[in-house]
Amino acid sequence: MNYTLDFAPVIEGMPDLLKGCLGTFFLTMSGMVIALAIGIGGVALRDSRIAPARWLVRSFVELIRNTPFLVQIYFVFFALPLIGLKLTPTPTAILALGLNGGAYAIEIIRGGVQAIPRGQIEAGLALGLHRAAVFRLVVLKPALRAVYPSLTAQFVMLLLTTSIASSIAAYELTSVAKLIENASFRSFEVYGTITLMYLVMSWMVMRLFRAIQLRWLSYPVK
Amino acid sequence: MNSQEFAFLLVGLKWTVALSAVGFLCGGVAGLGVALLRTSGCSRMERVIAGYIGLFQGTPLLMQLFMVYYGLALLGIELDAWVAVAIAFTLHASAFLGDIWRGSIEAVPRGQSEAARALGLHYVPLMGKVVLPQALRISLPATVGFLVQLIKGTSLASIVGFAELTRAGNIIANQIFKPLLVFAIVGTLYFLICWPLSLYGSWLESRLTAPSR
Repeated sequence: MNYTLDFAPVIEGMPDLLKGCLGTFFLTMSGMVIALAIGIGGVALRDSRIAPARWLVRSFVELIRNTPFLVQIYFVFFALPLIGLKLTPTPTAILALGLNGGAYAIEIIRGGVQAIPRGQIEAGLALGLHRAAVFRLVVLKPALRAVYPSLTAQFVMLLLTTSIASSIAAYELTSVAKLIENASFRSFEVYGTITLMYLVMSWMVMRLFRAIQLRWLSYPVK
Repeated sequence: MNSQEFAFLLVGLKWTVALSAVGFLCGGVAGLGVALLRTSGCSRMERVIAGYIGLFQGTPLLMQLFMVYYGLALLGIELDAWVAVAIAFTLHASAFLGDIWRGSIEAVPRGQSEAARALGLHYVPLMGKVVLPQALRISLPATVGFLVQLIKGTSLASIVGFAELTRAGNIIANQIFKPLLVFAIVGTLYFLICWPLSLYGSWLESRLTAPSR
């Protein structure tokens, strides 16, 4: 082995890499918001009385869950211009991440909703709550509480998935690393460093979710 | 798209299946080792293995591929792209399967292994004849779920230039300038492999959660 590690390009590019981390966080958070919206909306539609809506949600979930994200992001990337939407790579990636995460969120939240006893919903209705209020207070909140750990795991997955957005050159950590690697040919050093950065970021996301859980989702102990 | 171009996609599909199979089988063997070490009772070993699992669960699969791909080259080991990618997926699968199976081993009631020990069974028959058969049953839905994850994950091998299905799709899309059509077909091919597996997984799960007695 006659190779000496040289971290100079990494140190030189560190400000860019850290900015790339922010880009990754931005993709993750935006994707997460869309995913949660799709997840909650999808669950409401999936249990609705409109058969085509139920059918649509189910096909969407199966389609997304059984194809690779890389193919999905390519598809969105090439499909958007055809319907007249000219987006730059980063919003395209956010959209693709949101759709992908949304399908998983529907599955996870549905599991929690199904675990709500029927009597609890009936009790809500009997107390004179509106259907929407029952869904929000009696179904959704306890369901989110129950599936919170799975949801956390899914969002860490979402964070790790953002690295695939580099394939359409969206602004995030892996894309930045690619530029540095292309200029310096120090592949191992550059990718090794950002691998550690991803490790730290997924740990931070886990801590963040734990804090949110303690603050807003734990039962009051008065 | 003519039949020749479609045939090219099918060759890519063949490599996707081959890579998934190698990753799953080799990863399964290594994963069993990971699961057994993780539940061995030796706390130092358990911590090391937990770190190994956490490393793979906390970093993107793409980075794992890059690290193995460039890391092996750096060590001066001249390997075919195919072997390097297969090693990366084996390591990836070993960590995830190891964690799934650790969970299943721990889900087997303690009384089972205590009873086996009371009957005088040593570690090997205790694991092989009492704990693992029960753990296998518990782990099946999650294992099948991971297999689907792995098949989808092999698409990332296209980024390091390995000619599997997604890479074949890229090449054809650049040739005929119809990326949407090509990726729709590529997506359909993945779907046709993964969907039956997913259905099988949820069937296994419903059978497992249904009251059996």
